[in-house]
Order: sequence, then structure tokens, then C-alpha cells
Amino acid sequence: MNRSTPSPASRGRKESWIGQSVERLEDPPLVAGRGEFAGDINFPHQLHMRIVRSTHAHGRIVSIDTAAARALPGVYALWTAADIADVPPIDFREGSIPALDPYRQPVLASGVVRYVGEPVAAVFAEDAYVAEDAADLVAMDIDELPPLLDSQAAPVEFSPGHGSEAALIRQGYGDVDAAFRTAPHIVELELAIGRHSGVPLETRGAIGRYDASRGILELHGAAKVPHRNQELLSRMLGIPPSAIHVHESHVGGGFGIRGELYPEDVLVCVAAKRFKRPVKWIEDRREHLIAANHSRQQLHKIRAAVDADGVILAIDDVYFHDQGAYVRTHATRVVHMTAGILPGPYRVPAYRSVGHFRLTNKTPAATYRAPGCYETTFVRERLVDAIAARLDIDRIEVRRRNTIGPAEMPYLRPLEALGESIHYDTGDYMGLVEKLFAKIGWDKLKADIKKRKAAGELVGIGVAMFVEKSGLGPIDGVKISVDTAGMVEVVTGGASLGQGFETVMAQVAADALGIDYRRCRVIHGQTDRISHGIGAHASRATVMTASATHIAAMKLRAKALEAAGELLQAPADTLDIVDGEVMRKDQNPGPSISLGKIAQHLAPGAKTLADREPGLAAEGWFKTSHQVYPYGTNIAVVRVDAETGGVAVERYFIAYDIGRAINPALVEAQIVGGFTQGLGGALFEEFTYSEAGDPLAVTFADYVMPAIHETPAPNILLAQDYTTPLNPLGIKGAGESGITAVGAAIASAIDDAIGIPGAVTQLPVTPQRLKRLLANGGVTRP
Amino acid sequence: MKPAAFRYHAPKTIDEAVALLAEVAPQDGRVLAGGQSLVPTMAFRLAKPTHLVDINGVAALNRLGVAGGKLVIGACVRHAAFHRPVCEGPLGALLRDVVRHIAHYPIRNRGTFCGSLAHADPASEWCLVMAALDGEVAAKSAHGERVIAARDFFKGVMTTALRDDELLVEARLNILGADTRCGFYEFSRRAGDFAMAAALCSYRLEAGKIVAPRIALGGAEPSPRRIAEAERALAGAVPGDKAFRAAAQAAMAAVDPMEDATTSAEFRRDLVLAVTRRALERADKS
Ligand SMILES: Cc1cc2nc3c(=O)[nH]c(=O)nc-3n(C[C@H](O)[C@H](O)[C@H](O)COP(=O)(O)OP(=O)(O)OC[C@H]3O[C@@H](n4cnc5c(N)ncnc54)[C@H](O)[C@@H]3O)c2cc1C
Repeated sequence: MNRSTPSPASRGRKESWIGQSVERLEDPPLVAGRGEFAGDINFPHQLHMRIVRSTHAHGRIVSIDTAAARALPGVYALWTAADIADVPPIDFREGSIPALDPYRQPVLASGVVRYVGEPVAAVFAEDAYVAEDAADLVAMDIDELPPLLDSQAAPVEFSPGHGSEAALIRQGYGDVDAAFRTAPHIVELELAIGRHSGVPLETRGAIGRYDASRGILELHGAAKVPHRNQELLSRMLGIPPSAIHVHESHVGGGFGIRGELYPEDVLVCVAAKRFKRPVKWIEDRREHLIAANHSRQQLHKIRAAVDADGVILAIDDVYFHDQGAYVRTHATRVVHMTAGILPGPYRVPAYRSVGHFRLTNKTPAATYRAPGCYETTFVRERLVDAIAARLDIDRIEVRRRNTIGPAEMPYLRPLEALGESIHYDTGDYMGLVEKLFAKIGWDKLKADIKKRKAAGELVGIGVAMFVEKSGLGPIDGVKISVDTAGMVEVVTGGASLGQGFETVMAQVAADALGIDYRRCRVIHGQTDRISHGIGAHASRATVMTASATHIAAMKLRAKALEAAGELLQAPADTLDIVDGEVMRKDQNPGPSISLGKIAQHLAPGAKTLADREPGLAAEGWFKTSHQVYPYGTNIAVVRVDAETGGVAVERYFIAYDIGRAINPALVEAQIVGGFTQGLGGALFEEFTYSEAGDPLAVTFADYVMPAIHETPAPNILLAQDYTTPLNPLGIKGAGESGITAVGAAIASAIDDAIGIPGAVTQLPVTPQRLKRLLANGGVTRP
Repeated sequence: MKPAAFRYHAPKTIDEAVALLAEVAPQDGRVLAGGQSLVPTMAFRLAKPTHLVDINGVAALNRLGVAGGKLVIGACVRHAAFHRPVCEGPLGALLRDVVRHIAHYPIRNRGTFCGSLAHADPASEWCLVMAALDGEVAAKSAHGERVIAARDFFKGVMTTALRDDELLVEARLNILGADTRCGFYEFSRRAGDFAMAAALCSYRLEAGKIVAPRIALGGAEPSPRRIAEAERALAGAVPGDKAFRAAAQAAMAAVDPMEDATTSAEFRRDLVLAVTRRALERADKS
């Protein structure tokens, strides 16, 4: 990747910062070891918290013996559920949902434990070692109950009066039954996506601190959605939002799972307030793999009604979503979105989707990068491949016949995702496929593979298309100001999980203001600096926060030009800002005034202020009622080792149309990172359980993630052909771009390599599973 | 992930180390070598030794060299020492080929050959080397020193003939004749992972026929061992696909594979077939 930062010596030349792969503002402290992650945050007199977790998948708590632990020197306090009876279960992000409220997770298990890893008690001690020693001394007497581990099995009782099917989600349109009655072909598949999740390098951490002098409760170590968690804590603890400050520091990866409000976050807050001492908790890796949100596990029974040309007439999908033991902050978000986004880039005249939202005795699940989209892209693309195989039509041709064309945009589908109707804004889905084919030499690639197959190699090509959603609204705001030294501060309610948020916001602000992006300081994740924020999730940070930044910066620019016009005695519309200096467009060089000087002239008390509001500052809000839909195509080339069941991914191609890339290198980095995680879900990563409900993947030896040897560098085609009219800069999101179609493309390539269409029906494709497929000659042939 | 409290000892000589072990072994005192297996186990609190006898400061244990027709590997010799051949001929080359399958570079810089033997993971490459080539170890305690043959040393998953108060002082491998052909192959899901199955074989050729064949398997059973049935299938044969397949089939039939929740015996048997044949192919090309 070639990154360059234009030199500041470009004085006098108008720079556009948008679209340049400039260096990251975030990097200097990080590469110098001066970052501040949750583990680096310490306060005087802090206590260390250790959670005692259930070792049973399901059981009634008979007693918890804490005497020995309490007696250990250095132990300050030990809580079980009874000690925090006033603290309610963890609330949903959007507030109470009566039908789901009974399924919320208590902060500490009371009465019943429902998964291995569930917090049962909390130890607070003078150091982390003593805390762990004490936790080991807590003895739990648990009366075991049978665990429910299969989301397809008949629902059982979750709690008195509440079954283990927490919700039944229906979406759809058109006359599905009629289509199936008359269709010449019906293609039917059963497809499973394994349980896996985001595993950031930095585990979770939370430090609670109560500032009694100001009456402020602080939570440090936040990520992703600090403002949402501020609101949640406020509701749960009955403290006004303004008396809770949530702070994000450096974050070593989020992927959707880090930063949600978990029991541990609530505990450090409650304890800090009660003890009047800071309380620190750092998750260890084993805890992370059993306590942080899992994701993905779904089973789909899907059918397509197809005409003689392979054109889809209807899709009928019944799916089982394995939620794990409780419904967490997201409520039904993933299971609901699954139904809305499954049809993807294809015209589907009639559609019916029934989702069973089922609880099981496993770690609770929620969003992981491309939630619902990774799963449904696998399911949908498997279905399209199966249609091609059944009708003996080329896979690409089937896609061509079903794909929504650019002339059909905007394309409205009467389904919902994230509370909005599906409304594809712009794009040419098949056009991007053709563009990728041209770039990589598709015909030659196919010919090469054919030749190698003929020579006996098990090599194959897989193709998958996808449409991603991004930029969830409804609104985001940014405050921007210039100080008297000409430094710009951009205060956002966004969040940085390591993706380059600061750099991108600085580029957008710099572009509008005509300054060097390195003159911008970007604030994020600090609830005491701005009262509203959406954080960073659902590929929305750049779409929403950059749009608000642009609006705020343009307002500030107008203010600066207006004031400069008076000082330079020239009409504002004759002025421009170049490298932080306001000057006349027609006189270069000529008289100029810096933004810092203008800020001095607008300072409170300055003579030149006149009747204006003091300060060179502005606030910008961006509102939207629709998400924007970037899209892409993946092509995988794999080689299968028939003797071992091993799969090597030889080459990987990703085409993605982002509309407009603020920083192409950072977008490509998002794609590469996403691809690697997608590969994990396709071939390696899986949270497996024993029959008793014991998690079997609790270390990095058992939770197998792809490393550098297993991961080819993907070849990326970053297109900027279809900007969106739905925001001022025309941008679409990037965060989930790389991951979405990897499971689908690799499954398709494996089918092709082993010459058994429809063989892969389950992710991840482990060597053992692949050996079994080869031995059986494949399963569920449509 | 914070280990339980322990006492730390840093002896400077073998005698000091052995004396300390005699004292602390009854209270679950243990040797600390490279720490690449022991320390993670302690972090998980799967092991809570009350004493650690750190042998890294015992200079006499750094010995690595050939003596009396044997390669002698002292207890503090790291995996990384084998990145280049440590002796002439096929043995040095074999160990160089094998070592790159052990974990990752930083782990190879700390972890020791002898620590791997003492730890006795079923899939350990060094344990497989010792079993295949009939190596031996020297163990020392306050009661004296003894030599244990590899075939008597490995007693099951992470279990050896070593007594709690014994220090494994060194491992020894016979130097291989220049005409010995060796091949190693392992299958793991990722580079650097413990093998799901591994095979090591060696043989010589006399008049174009295989003599003195050795075929050993690791990762398939609780301990690595030579597979007599496979060796018999190979003895006297002309090297080539037919003989290698027959030997691999015999190995597959002879093993009693380990099984767990995610790896079936049937699958491991398939892997045994693949790794044995491939190890033989490599030997043929060596
Ligand atoms: C991520 C990872 C991947 C790995 N992959 C592999 C792999 O692919 N193949 C492989 O073989 N290993 C692998 N290992 C293990 C590694 O090779 C260890 O170094 C080795 O198993 C133990 O050697 P050590 O010197 O680190 O021993 P330690 O961890 O210090 O000790 C291990 C055990 O042996 C005992 N012990 C050590 N030395 C002696 C001695 N001289 N006398 C008596 N007792 C002794 C200790 O008391 C302890 O019980 C991996 C480790 C990690 C962390």
C-alpha cells in the first residue's frame, strides 16, 4: 500500500484532502508505545474486580459459599446477586421491550445460571492476583438442569411463563405460496453458519470511578457506543445522564462486540459509587471467549421457486437463530435484520421469512461485523449456486438474470433492516462484477483452473455478490472550533476502534476549511464533550459523522470568510482559504489573514467582534432517514487437499463500490481486515460445545483464527462509481465491506474444487467436515 | 490469567538444581525451562506449583554437541538452536526441517528441546523424533543419575517416566549414517499449531531395497511410537508409491487414534494415512 502525505510546502495550492491516502494521525503515539488502552488506565486507591463465573451450562443456584474468599487478606468486598438487588437486568439499547424484558441478563445470576461463563459473583480486592485467588475460593453449589444447546429443538421453559423462543420474526411480501405452486423448479437447501465472533486483540476493560467532589460517575474503557451506554447506565442506575461521564481511550479492535454494555461495566460503576474507590476490571482471554458476545449461529431452511431460465420467482426461508442464554442490548436486531437483507442484489418478486429467535444455554450472541449479512450472503449465494447447478446454467449467468440493474435504482424492497425500509440508493451490481472480471482476467483464470483440474488438482473458483447496508441514521452532530493558534478541534460523538476515525474526520474538516489535516484534533468517545453521539457501528461513522463534520466545517468556513471579508475589506465570495490563510481568489500572493488571527478577532472582548456571537466555532447536524448501500463481489480460488481435508486459499479478489473514499488506503485496510475475519468464519473459527454445554473453544489453541500463513493478501478493486445522493459527500460505509461475502465465496470455490455442487452446507469448513463430504460424495444435492 | 503465588529459585549448578528439587518436589515444586508450556498452564491456573526451580541460569545445561557417536542436547538448548543443522549429515538436516513446525519464532527462542520431552504433549515434534530414532534421556535426582530409553520414557498424554524430583539433564540421539534417508510430515490447521498427526520415517537402501526402516507417528495416539506393522510393510521393498502406500495403510490400520469432541478417530486415521505416505515421499527425495 502506497501512502503519501502531501508536504505542507504546498502553500498557495488548493489541496483536496478528500480522496487521499494520507498517513494516519493516530499512529505516532501507537507506534511509539504511548497509546492508552483500558489496561493503561489507573487511578490511585483503585480496587481490582474479578468475576466468578458459572461452570455449569444450566442449573439452579443452591448456595454460594463466599466465606473463605472474604476471609482472604486483601479482599475488600464480595458481591452476589443479593448485594445488588437494586440493580436491574441489562437494559436494551432502545429501552424497554415488554415482550423481551423477561429475557434480559441480570448483572449477577440470581437463582439460575444459564451458560458457562455467566457472572455469579464479583470479588473486589487490593490487587488483581488476590482478586483471582479469592475468586478461586468461591464455592458454588448448583443443582444441574438439562442444557438446551440446539436452537432447532423444541422450545422449553426459559423462566416461569416464558418459553425459550423469545420472538418469532416475520417479514415478507408477495404471494409466495402461489409462486411455489406453479414454479417449474423448486430448489431447497439447509444451511448452517457456525458460532463465532469478533476477537479483538485488546480484551474488554472497564474502570469505574466516582468523583464525589463533583458527584460524577465515570466509566473508562468504553468503546463503540459511549453515549448509548451513558443513557443505558442512566436509566438502569437512576442517575441523570449528565452526571455520568463515559470515556473512550485507545481501543484495540471492536468488531461490534466490544463496547456494548455488559454486566462487568455495570458492576464497576455500581461498585465505584458504593465504595467511593475506583474499580478496575480487565478481561482475560479465556473470559473473553466465553463472556463477550458470540455471534452468527443460524440454521436456514430455504427454498427458491425458479422459472425455466433460472429466474427467481419467490424465496421462502425459515431460520433458527441461536441467541444463547439471554437477550442482550441489541434485542432482536440481528435476527430481524437477517430477514431484511437476505435477498441482497437480486430481484425477488415474492418473499417470506420466518425467524425463530431461540435461547440456548450458550454465551449470549449479538452483533459482529456485518451482522446478519455474513450469514445471509452465505445462504443466498449458496442458493443461487444451487439454482445454477440444478438448471445447468452458468453461475454468473444466473446472477446476471436475477440482479437488480442500475436503471431500477433507487430500488425499494418492502422489508426492514434496523428499523428502516430497504431502499437501495445507487449502484450497478453486475457492472462491478464485469469490472472485476476485466481487471483479473476472468477467462484466463477460468482456463488456468480448468487446466489444473484436468491435471488432477482439486482447485476451484467461487463467486459471491453482496449488498451491504451502512450509515445508519437518524442523526449525528459535530462541534468544530478554531483556537487562536489556528488549531482546529472537531468534537464528535463518534468512536474510534482503531479504524482511522480521527484521520478521516480531519481530512473532511481540512477539506472544507482549506487547512492541513494535521492541524485538526478530533475528539471522539467523550460524553462530557458533546451530549449526543452515535459511536462507531454498522459502518456508519464515516457516513454519519463525516457528513456532520462537513456540514459543521462549511458553516465555520462561512463564518471565517465573513469575518475575514470585513478585515480584508473584500466581499466574502471573493475569498478562499488556502493552507489556513484566508486570501482573495484573484490575488495570489496578496494580503491574507490566518484562521488563528480570525479567531483572535472573534474572541470574546475583541474590538472586532462587534455584535457577533464570540468564537470561531460552529455546530453541524446531519439527518437522514435512509441507510446507504455499498456493494461488492468476491472471487476465491482455493485448493483442496483431498487426503487431509485441508483448504488453501490461493488467491482472493474483492471488488467494492464505496461511492467515495475519503482515504482509499484506510478503506482497503478495512477490506483486508474484514476479509481475514471472514476467512476465520469460513474455515477456522467456531465456538463449539460439549453435550453438557461446556465451551470447548476457550483459548487461542482451540478457537482457531487464521494467521498470516493462512491468509493470502486479497487483491482489491476499490470502485468509486456510484456515489449516493443521500449525504453531502456521496459516501457509503467501509467497515463491513471485506467480511460479508467471504464465507459464501469460499464455500462456492470448495464446491467447484471437489466437483460436488452444493456440497458445502455448513461453515466453517473444517478439514474433518470436508473429509466427510468427500467420503459421502457430498450432501443435500439439490 | 494471574498465576497463583509461588516461590522462585534460581540455581547456578546442576547439583544445586537437583538439591532444590529434592526439597520442593514433594510440595509440587517444578522445573522451569523455557516456560512456553508451563507458564500458560499456570496463567490458566491449571497448574499451581508452589515452587519453581528455574534452570535457565545453569550454564552446564547449555551443552549441545556430538560425543561418542551421539548428539547430546542439554536441558537449556532452545528450539531455535536447530534452525541450522547442529551436526553433520542427515540428523542435523532432519532436525532443521522438523523445528520449523514447532510453534512460532518467539516461542522457539525460549522453549527447550528437553522441556518438550518433559512436557510430553502427544503431538510434540521432538518427542516424535526421540521415539522414531530411539533416543535416550539422562535424568538426575538427589538419588543419582539414570538413563531412560525413549520407548520407556513416554507414558501417555503429558506423562513420562520422569520422577517429580528428577531433572532431565540431557537428551541424546544417535548420529545417523550419511546414507540414511529421513522424511517428516505433519498436518495442522495452521502453521505453528500442534500437529493433528505427524509422521517421521527413515531408512537406508541396500541394492535398491529398503533396509532398517523406521516409521513413527506423533499426535495420533497418547504417545509417539514406532509402528512395527508399517516398518514391516516397508522392509525389503523398492521405494516408490506402491511401497509407501502399503506402509501408510499398515500404519493407519495399526494406530488407535485419540478422539475428542471436535476430532474423530476416523478423521485422525485418515490423517495418519496421509502424513505417513508423505513423510516417506520426503525421505525418498531426501
Ligand atoms: C502458541 C504455542 C504453540 C506451540 N506449538 C508447539 C508445537 O507445535 N510443537 C511443540 O512441540 N510444542 C509447541 N509448543 C510448546 C513449546 O514447544 C514448549 O516450549 C515446550 O513444550 C516446553 O518446553 P519449555 O522449555 O518451554 O518447558 P516449560 O514450559 O518450562 O516446562 C514444561 C514442563 O516440563 C517440565 N520441564 C521442563 N524442563 C525440564 C527438565 N529439564 N527436567 C524436568 N522437567 C522439566 C516443567 O516442569 C513443566 O512441567 C507451543 C507453545 C505455544 C505457547
